[in-house]
Amino acid sequence: MSKTDPSPGASEASPPPDHADKAKTTLQRIADLRAWLFLGFLILGFEVWSRVSFGGTFLFNPFNVQSIAIFAVAPLLLATGQTFVIISGGIDLSMGFIMGLAAVVAAHVINWATPLMGLPSAVLFGTLVAIGVAMMPGFVNGLLVSRLRVPPFIGTLGMFGVARGVAFLLAGGTTVPVKNSFFAAMGNGRFLSVPWVVWITAAFVLAMHYLLSQTRFGQHNYAIGANEQAARRAGIDVRWHLLRLYVLSGICAGLAGVLYAARFSAGAAQAGEPLLLDSVAAVVIGGASLFGGSGTILGTVAGAFVIAVIQYGLVFINVAPFWQFISVGVVIIISVLIDQAQRRYSGGRQNE
Amino acid sequence: MSDTPLLEVRNLSKSFGPVQALSDLSMQVHPGEVVALAGDNGAGKTTLIKAISGVFRPTSGEILLRGETVSFSSPQEARERGIETIYQDLALADNLSIGANIFLGREPMRRAFGFLPVLDRRKMAEAAKATMALLDFHVNRLDAPVSNFSGGQRQAVAIGRAVYWNAQVLIMDEPTAALGVPEQRKVISLIHQLKAQGRGVVFISHNLQDIFAVSDRIVVLRRGVMAGMRRISETSHDAVVKMMIGG
Repeated sequence: MSKTDPSPGASEASPPPDHADKAKTTLQRIADLRAWLFLGFLILGFEVWSRVSFGGTFLFNPFNVQSIAIFAVAPLLLATGQTFVIISGGIDLSMGFIMGLAAVVAAHVINWATPLMGLPSAVLFGTLVAIGVAMMPGFVNGLLVSRLRVPPFIGTLGMFGVARGVAFLLAGGTTVPVKNSFFAAMGNGRFLSVPWVVWITAAFVLAMHYLLSQTRFGQHNYAIGANEQAARRAGIDVRWHLLRLYVLSGICAGLAGVLYAARFSAGAAQAGEPLLLDSVAAVVIGGASLFGGSGTILGTVAGAFVIAVIQYGLVFINVAPFWQFISVGVVIIISVLIDQAQRRYSGGRQNE
Repeated sequence: MSDTPLLEVRNLSKSFGPVQALSDLSMQVHPGEVVALAGDNGAGKTTLIKAISGVFRPTSGEILLRGETVSFSSPQEARERGIETIYQDLALADNLSIGANIFLGREPMRRAFGFLPVLDRRKMAEAAKATMALLDFHVNRLDAPVSNFSGGQRQAVAIGRAVYWNAQVLIMDEPTAALGVPEQRKVISLIHQLKAQGRGVVFISHNLQDIFAVSDRIVVLRRGVMAGMRRISETSHDAVVKMMIGG
């Protein structure tokens, strides 16, 4: 309390204490950055371990850093879309198979278009078609949630099944190999010694960060997540917003699918299957609340890297891979506990 | 008080199927006047304010704003014409700052680096500070989410939003219902300030003490019809209660 209300004579009531005057405490700032702190501690832990046990470095080995970055690309792209959806108070369970669908479509279209239009244009065309196809289940999700008031969990679970089936049908039940050297170069080549897929993902995530933190769309997303009725009363077209939101989520999954197909020169329907829950975990570790209304893209980036570092690092220090699941699970639980404690101390709402 | 009422309702009726929620109601609100709507549950108070604020169209009758007939097809339209409604359950996004709440749905933009449109947070914060000061409510931390504030302060934010957008008529649905006693008094003093600024206020309350503390006139509804209209200075608690229950 740095200041009391001066309250001129016009007021007949004694001024209530101004709870919002307290500055952000150090503790709160730390809690806000917890995902990055986690990441720092993890890297430090692996660094120490690798030095002690086999005298090598973990972090300063460019191969490791690159592998982790490539590893993080697909979950991060899914998690970016998921961040938007979770902030709005929803969840998109269909992203994993939308990603697989996009990978299969990209593979087929590029194979079909390569003899017709040459290598680079076929890749561009295939990418656009794949993302366009990925927008369709997103659009249906959006219609279900916004117009028909289907709970996001159920609506997107239905679309999870539909996208899965369609992707496997299109793929004929197998993986679809791509014969296009430009596409393979995009998936595995480097620019300034950083893989192209990492550049593309970084640019896309930066654009999404801008969209969430600096535009009306992002602001309305937060408002809808906190209080949908308030948003509606403030004149925000909530239905139109939700429709675009789920289409955006589809686009993120579509891009992830295209990059997957580029990296492996093949489209697989099950490409995103194990990544969906990782994407939700990344968002939660990054500080978003599943009740909606909070979260940031930068937090999600840290969350995705926390998962990638755990998964890669445990393999690197030669621990049985099943410890990955346990560690990621523990990190998720700790994140949620910190989130709850933070809400309690800051006097904000908890789970309503 | 000027001769043309700020808001006038003429012979307003609203029926939902066979149910006549409101029949042939007429009332006026002058600039700087606070009119209280009282009545038992189901008396038609909410129907009346919803008709005024554009939530639904009346079955018959007219609404006049500064002597001009208006017809709203949505609350947004009503808001653009200067009729703002403040709901009892506080239409605020708890996770956003005061400024962001004031500008919710109408956010100002600026160009970063000369081309990139971004939210103009500074403008929002400055407007928030100025507006809240107008309501005798001083905040230092303008980036704090409104969930950090008390109930009365949040009510002030909701009123501040209406004031910033220059609402001439404020409709409040039980603005004090969810608040503690000191907070209720804060809201009452806010209403006094709105009145001093020459705005018209229509407010619904079950609390006769609040009604007598702040309003100029009281309109009592009973089963969709006007049971009586009195100047506050010429009536008493007992008389109002009698009108409400139809004694």
